[in-house]
Amino acid sequence: MSIASHFAIAPVVIPALAAPFALLVMRRRRWLGVGISFASCAAMLAVALLLLRAASDGTIRTYELGEWPAPFGIVLVVDRLAAIMLTLAATLSLIALLHAVIARSDRKGWHFHPMFQFQLMGLNGAFLTGDLFNLFVFFEVLLIASYGLMLHGQGPARLKAGVQYVIVNIVGSSLFLIALGLLYALTGTLNMADMGLRVAEIPIADQGLLRVAALLLASVFALKAAIVPLHLWLPRTYAVSTPAVAALFAIMTKVGVYAMIRVIPQIFGDDAGAAAWVPAPYLLPAAMLTAIVGFGGVFVARELSEQAAYAVIGSTGTLMIAVAGWQPDTLGAAIYYLVHSTLAGATLFLVADAVARRRASYADRATPGPLFQDRQLVAVLFMGAAIAATGLPPLSGFIGKLLILRSVADVPSWGWAWGTILGTTLIGVIGFARTGSAIFWNETEASARAQLPQVSRADLLAPAIALALLAALSIGAGPVTDYGHAAARQALDSASTARAVLGGH
Amino acid sequence: MTLEFLLASAIGVLVAGGIYLSLRARTFQVVLGLTLFSYAVNLFLFASGRLTINRPPILQKGVTEYADPLPQALVLTAIVITFGMTALAVVLSLRSFLETGSDQVDGNECAGDEDEGPDLNAGPRA
Repeated sequence: MSIASHFAIAPVVIPALAAPFALLVMRRRRWLGVGISFASCAAMLAVALLLLRAASDGTIRTYELGEWPAPFGIVLVVDRLAAIMLTLAATLSLIALLHAVIARSDRKGWHFHPMFQFQLMGLNGAFLTGDLFNLFVFFEVLLIASYGLMLHGQGPARLKAGVQYVIVNIVGSSLFLIALGLLYALTGTLNMADMGLRVAEIPIADQGLLRVAALLLASVFALKAAIVPLHLWLPRTYAVSTPAVAALFAIMTKVGVYAMIRVIPQIFGDDAGAAAWVPAPYLLPAAMLTAIVGFGGVFVARELSEQAAYAVIGSTGTLMIAVAGWQPDTLGAAIYYLVHSTLAGATLFLVADAVARRRASYADRATPGPLFQDRQLVAVLFMGAAIAATGLPPLSGFIGKLLILRSVADVPSWGWAWGTILGTTLIGVIGFARTGSAIFWNETEASARAQLPQVSRADLLAPAIALALLAALSIGAGPVTDYGHAAARQALDSASTARAVLGGH
Repeated sequence: MTLEFLLASAIGVLVAGGIYLSLRARTFQVVLGLTLFSYAVNLFLFASGRLTINRPPILQKGVTEYADPLPQALVLTAIVITFGMTALAVVLSLRSFLETGSDQVDGNECAGDEDEGPDLNAGPRA
């Protein structure tokens, strides 16, 4: 095997090596640990871009760990969709890391950088793996790291939300294991591609069990994606997390959506008999409710960070409306919107932090306060982030929503989907306008201005970069949507994935 | 009574107890519930390779009937992970109790709870 063929596992190995090294050197030389963390993220981005380019030719590359042939060993699968997600995760990690270092929030505890790397290891592994049990293991890796990151900085509010977050996820993981056990008992394999072939041969008597497994698995992914009614853990958890961490968490809900895109067509696709597309009819109503609850939360939120958390829920809902169509068109639109909404959610958390750092005791509450430093600059960033999150032109959210609206026009219940997307956009716009005008336009207690802290403008760099990326996503919408649609066709073509994974042996 | 019936009812009882306790308000009971639930899950996972008696899981000379070794590997992984998670939940609940002064999962003190459970702040509670 040439060295280039080992690139597929690099996104898992790089952070797995960086984390312990960062841990070792940080006690004595803090800057070295920060350097390792940055270098690891940059290396991941480079590898992800290489994989993105390699995957653009449409071949599905597989990597067999320990060269165990496919259905028996664990296999990593790099196709267009996985490459997109890897690139997105690496990009987002650099932005979040930059903000953590500039805002010095990584200094509030000892283990920020190692945890951050383990989180990325879990994310990248979940994007790459072609084995259902391995997916569970990488979910656990990213969850364990996320517990540490979520509690980073500590304090009663974080601990309170942390207890709920951990408990909810332990229950979710247990349900995942039950679904896994059922699927293994029925098919005798854990490889997703192999499982997709074997579900077709399950006797009628056992197909009820298969339906149970499909619905359990979909529920677990819905819990990770925070789809209504399984969204209750998210708002408080994200709102109290360290902002740089919350920005990275913007991709965590998308992991749930990604797992659904991977598993449902591959295992519970057309060939699955009675279990074919079992979760599909529940997803569209749930997605619409999610969009309504999310943007409703944006409307009533009292703090910018809480608003950002609800915007993440709302964007997942909009995303799932498109995913629930299960057509190449809708899924292609969904992939574009997925990239956009992850960056937009992260930007919101970073801007909320910039506001909170400047307003001292007023923090990011949507109440009028004294005139604070760099108000115009922060206001412009907030407006940009709000435009992106709600999907107004000129940023990429508009194109994403337009693509979704056009693609779901062929789905039978398109009227509901259109009504939900357009209605929630309006509610979201009003919500952001309300908090924005309270914070940036109203002013009280001019005398209190002297007590506000002096903050370096450097902490506006990370949100500005994220906004620039959103603008670039808007300008480069043509190539990106082409790639997204190609990725969608590839993800839905479970037969060719099965050939690529299992063939050749 | 068959082996299957015994195991299935054991899993059922554990799940019922686990879910009931997980829905309680105090962290101690919730942690116990999660533990019971994860025992049930581990047993279930173990049984997914079918219940067999006196069959080796790995290759032996002169043996034609084998037990499925994979669920045993899976259940080992699952035990390690759920045990670690439960330990984390215990530590987190303790920290949360010590910092917020409340052992309720939602962080709010309920009326009528004062007389049960541990009271680490000797002296009357507000």
